[in-house]
Amino acid sequence: MNKVWLIIQREFLNRVQKKSFLIATILVPLIIPAIIGGLVYVAIKESESAKAETVHVLDESKLFKFENNKKFNFVAVDMPLEQAKKAYNETKDLALLYVPAIDINKPDGIAIYTKENPSIEKVGELESILAGQIHDFKLKEYNIDEAILKTLRPKVNLKQFNLTDKGEEKSSSSGLLYGLGFALGILIYMFVLIYGIQIMQGVIDEKTSKIVEVIVSSVKPFQLMLGKILGIASVGLLQFIIWIVLITVLSSVTMGYFGAKMPQQQAMEQMNKSFSSDPEVKEAMNQQNGKVGEFLANASEIPFAKIAFVFVFYFLGGYLLYGALFAAVGSAVDSQQEAQQFQFPVTIPLLIGYLGLFMFILRDPHGPISFWLSVIPFTSPVAMVGRIAFGVPDWQLALSMVLLIGGFLLTTWIAGRIYRVGILMTGTKVSYKVLAKWFMQKG
Amino acid sequence: MNALEARNVTKQYATHKALDSVSITIPEKTIYGLLGPNGAGKTTLIRIINQIISSEEGTIEIFGEPLQEKHVGIIGYLPEERGLYKKMKVGDQLMYLAQLKGLSRKEALARIKVWLEKFEIKDWWNKKVEDLSKGMAQKVQFISTVMHEPRLIILDEPFSGFDPVNAQLITEKILELKENGSTIIFSTHRMETVESLCDHIALINKSKKILEGPKKQVKAQYKSNTFIVEHKGPFTLPNRYELVGQNVIEDELISTTIKAQDGIKGNEVIRDLIDLTEVHTFQEKLPTMADIFISLVKGEGDEALKKHLLEV
Repeated sequence: MNKVWLIIQREFLNRVQKKSFLIATILVPLIIPAIIGGLVYVAIKESESAKAETVHVLDESKLFKFENNKKFNFVAVDMPLEQAKKAYNETKDLALLYVPAIDINKPDGIAIYTKENPSIEKVGELESILAGQIHDFKLKEYNIDEAILKTLRPKVNLKQFNLTDKGEEKSSSSGLLYGLGFALGILIYMFVLIYGIQIMQGVIDEKTSKIVEVIVSSVKPFQLMLGKILGIASVGLLQFIIWIVLITVLSSVTMGYFGAKMPQQQAMEQMNKSFSSDPEVKEAMNQQNGKVGEFLANASEIPFAKIAFVFVFYFLGGYLLYGALFAAVGSAVDSQQEAQQFQFPVTIPLLIGYLGLFMFILRDPHGPISFWLSVIPFTSPVAMVGRIAFGVPDWQLALSMVLLIGGFLLTTWIAGRIYRVGILMTGTKVSYKVLAKWFMQKG
Repeated sequence: MNALEARNVTKQYATHKALDSVSITIPEKTIYGLLGPNGAGKTTLIRIINQIISSEEGTIEIFGEPLQEKHVGIIGYLPEERGLYKKMKVGDQLMYLAQLKGLSRKEALARIKVWLEKFEIKDWWNKKVEDLSKGMAQKVQFISTVMHEPRLIILDEPFSGFDPVNAQLITEKILELKENGSTIIFSTHRMETVESLCDHIALINKSKKILEGPKKQVKAQYKSNTFIVEHKGPFTLPNRYELVGQNVIEDELISTTIKAQDGIKGNEVIRDLIDLTEVHTFQEKLPTMADIFISLVKGEGDEALKKHLLEV
């Protein structure tokens, strides 16, 4: 064990002392808040400068009433279509909306003319304005009073609660959980991939520089493999901890700066709007303020300690499971290029976990596919961590953890058998058949 | 006591037998030459001794004890394919390798300092290996092999990559190590090394040991009763001799190589020759290791070889 410790130390110190480690460790936390800060900045600028865009309306049916809103400024034109097109062409406005004389029971032939392709979002909004009005006309046809009409469109916001086994209510927020699951899943995926490839690279380096024969005359190949995997894991953990600390500090600084600016602006806007004394706007504002409070309240109810524990467990478990396989790949080949053919099959299950995160787990965290993805050891590191925030039954978590431990013991054993033969073989054309032969080979 | 005793060591790979019941005995404090053409099984045997791989059959005893994991600390191994961590500093590298061999930090530091001094390369401590020339790196590698004062040193083609000056330096160090009580195994096919340094030799060919023993004895075994005479004036050889070769050295001085029939001793030959010509020098021609090596490996052995093989 003493020798494994020496190897861990070497792997650790050798990497940590490199300039590239220092640069990556410091730059990444600087870049991420910079990106967040940049995005927030752009978003603020955008919302500041977002003006209502002008839409020319040629309404031959004389049915519709277009009200200006935040996004659109409607200008009614009254001329033949050809002329209206020409007039529109001379402006820089968003679009020309043409409504022919139509029957509201058969609203065909409504057209929009634009210079550039407008976003689906904008077209959709115009469509919903038109559809909403047609809807109202029809209701009016049935003699329904306008006061009743208003009550027909209530604002609904589902408040979410989870019932615990004891029947207590726990409020939840799927948006927050989604974000958390997403971020944690991706972190595991990236960590396993980046550091797994570092293990492979390290093994290839030792093999090509021929130092490996000297080392294995002092230690067992398995000890060397284990020391390398653990050494690189400790580098990763250190880097990760530094990142977390730096990102938290820097992000809270940047967010603090922009965050302080945002509510002020909102307050200003609110002031303006309250002067316009539209009761609906006021209501919406109140609701929004309520939402922020709710979000914070929900955040405090997520079991962060449990999530952190599960995250660290799968972080290490997944890394060890794949790390051993990457070590085996590195031992089998003579160069990075040659490694690619084996590297791909190793990363496929990891990729499945990653894709499964988006396709199944975040959409349906308790479905059967999500269950299997988060229990099978090869996909569970990414899948379970993505799922954990949504609440996973204890027995599933336990099963998944036991299987993961079993999984990495198995891959380490298999990898060890390939590794001990592979590191001494140079110039062999390696195929899966050869790998199987190495695996079976004695001593 | 024997430094190493291997009995019936067999290593089977999927497609071929790398070692076929090989037994060797390496006496303590000798330089032992392990000879054989490429692919004969030398490296496999060395790797088994280093416990890098294991054998299917056979036993190995090292200084009287069955070979175990703890013995890695008393073996120093210089593989044929040399290598060091390129990005690591010379000092750190040696410290690491010494500690892997079981030395404490303090011991390692002291020993490494002594060795860097011996090679007059003290100021290399902070140099990275990638900045060293090939010969310089070889010196560092040699130090890494012997710094833990191993009782058994295994050198696989130790002189490849050294210029003559450094090869001489390494030779001196090897002899010094032997003086201090180490046993040294040379794996090589450089016959001049064997000729000048080895006390004992073993020849491995096609996974089998075909010859082993003290160098002198082996040579004596393979002498073919051939003599070289430098003389003045031609003569006719009696029937009991066979002319092997003849060339003129200078003026009338001629060098003649003759082979005597079995049973004729050197003194008899001299007696015969004195009557025939003016003898200047007379010596028995002993086979060189290269001769023995080539004749054995090619399988064109003479009578003595066949006899020897029957004995084995």
